Amino acid sequence: MQYRYLPQTDQDKREMLQALGIQSVEELFADIPRDIRFNRELDITPAMPEPELVKYMKGLAGKNVNFDTHVCFLGAGVYQHYIPSVVNHVISRSEFYTAYTPYQPEISQGELQAIFEFQTMVCELTGMEVANSSMYDGPTAMAEASMMAAGHTGKKRVVVSRAVHPEARDILKTYAYGQGVEVEEVGYDRSGVTDLEALTQAVDDTVGAVVVQYPNFFGNIEDLAEIEKWVHSKGALLIVKANPVALGILEAPGKLGADIVVGDMQPFGIHASFGGPHCGYFATTAKLMRKMPGRIVGQTKDEEGRRGFVLTLQAREQHIRREKATSNICSNQALNALAAAVALTALGKQGVQEMAMLNLQKAHYAKREFAKAKGMEVVFTAPFFNEFVIKLPKAVKDVNKALLGKGFIGGYDLGRSYPELADHMLLAVTELRTKQEIDSLVKEMEAIIHA
Amino acid sequence: MRNDKEKALIFELSQPGRVGYSLPPLDVPETEIADLLPEHLIRETPAELPEVSELQLMRHYTELSTRNHGVDSGFYPLGSCTMKYNPKINEDVARYPGFASIHPYQPEETVQGALEVLYNLQRDLAEITGMDAVTLQPAAGAAGEWTGLMMIRAYHESRGEKRTKVIVPNSAHGTNPASATIAGMETITIPSDERGLVDIEALRQAVGPDTAALMLTNPNTLGLFEEDIVEMAKIVHEAGGLLYYDGANANAILGIARPGDMGFDVVHLNLHKTFTGPHGGGGPGAGPVGVKASLLPYLPAPIVVKQEDGSFAFHYERPESIGRVKAYYGNFGILLRAYTYICTMGAEGLLQVSQNAVLNANYMMRRLAGAYELPYDRVCKHEFVLSGVRQKKLGVRTLDIAKRLLDFGYHPPTVYFPLIVDECLMIEPTETESKETLDEFIEVMLQIARECEETPEVVQEAPHTTVVKRLDEATAARKPILRYRKEAL
Repeated sequence: MQYRYLPQTDQDKREMLQALGIQSVEELFADIPRDIRFNRELDITPAMPEPELVKYMKGLAGKNVNFDTHVCFLGAGVYQHYIPSVVNHVISRSEFYTAYTPYQPEISQGELQAIFEFQTMVCELTGMEVANSSMYDGPTAMAEASMMAAGHTGKKRVVVSRAVHPEARDILKTYAYGQGVEVEEVGYDRSGVTDLEALTQAVDDTVGAVVVQYPNFFGNIEDLAEIEKWVHSKGALLIVKANPVALGILEAPGKLGADIVVGDMQPFGIHASFGGPHCGYFATTAKLMRKMPGRIVGQTKDEEGRRGFVLTLQAREQHIRREKATSNICSNQALNALAAAVALTALGKQGVQEMAMLNLQKAHYAKREFAKAKGMEVVFTAPFFNEFVIKLPKAVKDVNKALLGKGFIGGYDLGRSYPELADHMLLAVTELRTKQEIDSLVKEMEAIIHA
Repeated sequence: MRNDKEKALIFELSQPGRVGYSLPPLDVPETEIADLLPEHLIRETPAELPEVSELQLMRHYTELSTRNHGVDSGFYPLGSCTMKYNPKINEDVARYPGFASIHPYQPEETVQGALEVLYNLQRDLAEITGMDAVTLQPAAGAAGEWTGLMMIRAYHESRGEKRTKVIVPNSAHGTNPASATIAGMETITIPSDERGLVDIEALRQAVGPDTAALMLTNPNTLGLFEEDIVEMAKIVHEAGGLLYYDGANANAILGIARPGDMGFDVVHLNLHKTFTGPHGGGGPGAGPVGVKASLLPYLPAPIVVKQEDGSFAFHYERPESIGRVKAYYGNFGILLRAYTYICTMGAEGLLQVSQNAVLNANYMMRRLAGAYELPYDRVCKHEFVLSGVRQKKLGVRTLDIAKRLLDFGYHPPTVYFPLIVDECLMIEPTETESKETLDEFIEVMLQIARECEETPEVVQEAPHTTVVKRLDEATAARKPILRYRKEAL
């Protein structure tokens, strides 16, 4: 059978075999010992003609409730935001998506420049001096930042707030175990931010890094200025995992003394896609630049003095340093970094602020409405951005099930990762939610609870 | 001084007041921001992001794209990267709202289609690699290596053994030792022999009670099949170690030989290479890891299971798991593309993929062997290495040859890797290239070999046709400029 991705005809193959002086392709596999040759057909999904495959895949996709079929109030690290149409058009340019790492800069100036611009945007948003070209996602970026801080300070203890994304903390623990770093968690207070007293008790001179999230997993805004004072007084580095949309309105962590700022660019131009691929970002100070993991694009000149861009500071990386590299990362999330850069370009200086403001205002309206509603309780009092927590008189799972029937994807069940917050729901309200949708959600939830 | 070939940065096109967006209106009662946030946490200075119109944006990125070479632009024989054609239907499928617009925390009953894709892919990859179970979580090959090594570590620790040494051949990718380090292990490098294969005696001497694993790419980075693999597996297993298969070069063995049958205990695949998830300019990738039953308890949670009623679910209860290695369920969009590819090719198609990849590589190798040094003269698999030592004697380096190829519209092969071959050129044509393309490239390579003898300066001064000439990488690293600053102008 002839396949559309395989151009060699029987005639081509005959000519090639002839040039090789052999009779059959099989002779090219003679070096594989007989007893480990695979001598049956692979038992995998059977091949389908393209029209049938389209039907099959549309059928599978059609089984999934999605943002087109339901109104989404679910966040918890992944959000439905406005994606300007231009994003898909740019990342669909195959010169971008069918290329690989720009090791040959002369024919990769497009990718290199786009990433240089991305790095600049990350620096601008976070208030940091340098940024890399991307990490797998926010949580792995956070784990890498923690390992970098432990390595840099020589203090193999990391303190992380329990108000940091539970999966990010899980990943941190996996990385830390690998590298012999100890992870200690500190709790949150009644207002819903990191317990500063517990933090000051946990952080002494033996701690290399303190990790907080901004806004935290509950949507609340940590007082980085206060945290920073204590962390630096003990000689530890402050790592902030920040939602980049919130940075449209919140003070940049770099201005508040963060040493490393990481997070996920998913809210800017990247589809939820069931959790990936998204795009971790990683920014730090000029002082720590050479400790950074991942690829970095730098500006330089060519032989004739023209501005150009190259991968730089490669002496940190695995292909040069091998076992002494700052990280093992090589492939990153370049195409999603491009998507984020395009979204940040479309939104621009004004749009990013406007979007952040819409999130802030709409989420606060929603929280006020829930506070007025019967049978539900708003829990935390700290300032928040676009997510907040409500306590329900019923199991979150059951409420969400009923909400699905009313056309809503409900909030995150905090009991999944915080036993003490069973029956607590984390709701996200982005700029895409309308007043009518918010009002309707409150009304439906009241009805469900009292049913 | 700005040259006409220099491209403006998006920041340089920016003018205050221009917009490229259209956000919904504020339709709820507005509250004073001072009532919502403490003053010291309100941003003082806005981020200096570009202000351009939508057309300016499109022109900017379209122009950037024309300054970039992808597989769709032309031949891209970058060794060990498997730059094969990226099917367009994969891109379509990944954009269906039922896949692109679903949230990882939706209730399982609302994402049955997505779970079915993951389940089927786990099953198909286990079959292709000959392993018992697969995790789809790792985001790329390096993440897969680390995940696999962490499982190997957990396996040894569960048996009360302290095994910390990972053996890698000197032809290995740099990620192998780097991954070993971040998994808390040490690397022992062993030499290759005159065949370009692992030196069996050196392996025998390297193994011992501290051996955690042997990490191997097979076919190796020279494109050669490690034909002593069964003996190697025996040596490592008898010493109490495990075998790790780096799947960077799996494109040569689909339906032909399976790592599980060769004796490997853990294997990762690079779905962005062998299974056509596009390379994206450097990512995203996906690096699923398959394991034999003995390592099953250590897989990261969750994995997807099929329940008795035929529905699919995430299984989280894995008490001996190494933990999470990536948020949510991996790079779903890339996993989906890989599954779409498998559904396109099927078993017979994948077999033909590897047969044609190997045929293409051997054909090119033989035709180029006269003009360039062939350091390992034996049948290759999906890729092969040449050495530019003859040209070096004429004063032309492999780097020059790579740059000269740019003038003909080709992406050069991988150069100076593997490290064990002087002036190395590592060429992987892939199965999706036609004989005509191979012949044209061969002719150009032969022409460049002649130029090295007759007009070496043409090669030494290449490239001649690109938008920039060779770039000053030394200064870039010594005085790094990693971001644009307005005041710098």
